[in-house]
Amino acid sequence: MAKAKETVSRTLVVALVLSIVFSVVVSTAAVLLRPAQIQNQNLDIKTNILSAAGMLESGSSAEQIEEAFARFDVRLVDLDTGEFVEPSAVGVQDPMKYDMYRAASDPQMSTNIPSSEDKAGIKRRPNVAKVYTMSEGDQLTRVVLPIHGYGLWSTLYGFISLEGDLNTIEGLGFYAHAETPGLGGEVDNPRWKRQWVGKEVYNEDRSEPQVRLVKGGVSADAQGKEHKVDALSGATLTSRGVEQLVNYWMGDRGYAPFLQKLREGEV
Amino acid sequence: MADASAKQVLFEPIFSNNPIALQILGICSALAVTTSMNVTLVMCAAVIAVTAFSNLAVSLVRTQIPGSIRIIVQMTIIASLVIVVDQVLKAYAYEISKQLSVFVGLIITNCIVMGRAEGFAMKNGPWLSFLDGVGNGLGYSVLLIFVAFFRELLGAGSLFGVSLMPVVNEGGWYIPNGLLLLPPSAFFIIGLAIWGLRTWKPEQVEEPDYKMSRHVAKEAF
Repeated sequence: MAKAKETVSRTLVVALVLSIVFSVVVSTAAVLLRPAQIQNQNLDIKTNILSAAGMLESGSSAEQIEEAFARFDVRLVDLDTGEFVEPSAVGVQDPMKYDMYRAASDPQMSTNIPSSEDKAGIKRRPNVAKVYTMSEGDQLTRVVLPIHGYGLWSTLYGFISLEGDLNTIEGLGFYAHAETPGLGGEVDNPRWKRQWVGKEVYNEDRSEPQVRLVKGGVSADAQGKEHKVDALSGATLTSRGVEQLVNYWMGDRGYAPFLQKLREGEV
Repeated sequence: MADASAKQVLFEPIFSNNPIALQILGICSALAVTTSMNVTLVMCAAVIAVTAFSNLAVSLVRTQIPGSIRIIVQMTIIASLVIVVDQVLKAYAYEISKQLSVFVGLIITNCIVMGRAEGFAMKNGPWLSFLDGVGNGLGYSVLLIFVAFFRELLGAGSLFGVSLMPVVNEGGWYIPNGLLLLPPSAFFIIGLAIWGLRTWKPEQVEEPDYKMSRHVAKEAF
């Protein structure tokens, strides 16, 4: 017995049988669990969007999240022209299936940002973005826009939600980042995020985004306090990153052309 | 080892022969996944499942495995189990699997799993090997939970995500110790745990490799 199992043919047979058995085990698990995993991923994105819009009640079930999310229209927007595009333009049927972060690494579907304008530190920007709008009748009530940019250690990915006037911030949240826990990681702190609610992105003529993160808190009589948010203490670079990325995405290279068109009612 | 009782095999690795504290294996994941109790418990469950079932599988086929490819056979078994565990977590515990990220996949490289497959399961029957896997998984878990308890309590003022000491940032009184949320702090806690364990069980203290000879050179004046 001990001798027999050391032969070359025996070794090959054992290796072959083992490979077949375990590839069947692994592929079965992958195939059977795939639907549940995709559902989880979709639910995760929807949860993040609802949470940025301040529509997420803690302890919501999957059905409640789906139901709340169903009130959004998922649309694709050409960032240069600011107009809606058909999903077929980016090669998908369902706009939910379009991944703008994957598109950002595809030379065909993204543009280089000149470094002088790359405030968010993202180097490339997808041509088409995925936005979430909500309307009551003809009246636009809410727009949720995906934003991302570099902080101190990592790229922060999140959403910003604007009210129907396309100026007042309704909420901001990041769902993926690797900033220092306890310092930059406080971007997740609900108390800090609450400060953003009601702040205004643009000034009177709606030209330049004005968001500022300031040190030492925002006093009630500070000039331009409607644009100012208290920076994170001990996280100067993360705060600067957040300020830059919000202003980048609200600016001409980001969603400004789209918001302008929306305001004029052209799209 | 041949006549080891089931009870011994199951409980020895928890304190007397702890894989982290005595054998100093599996430190990497002990640093990475111990910032919160929830994440730690899922990681522990994953490691227990993998060590137990890989030991069982290796033990079942141990008489058939040719010596020349035995490490690769063990590796295949372990890797397949880890992939299955990872897929299950992604399907049923998505939030936590996101936080564990690559560390579930890295159970493959956890020396505890491989060490027990080669060191125990190749020589013992399936039932004992299974218990040995559970025992070593538990030994790993005990230390991880110990580390996570202090890191989450002192680093975030909470346990299992439930706030026990309201932190200053949220309007409470506790100023959290940020160091404990960073990986190096786990080194300190593991070091203290090993010190404590060896004070309690002095037989675990290793003999020094060499003795320093007396200092004989004349001091310079």
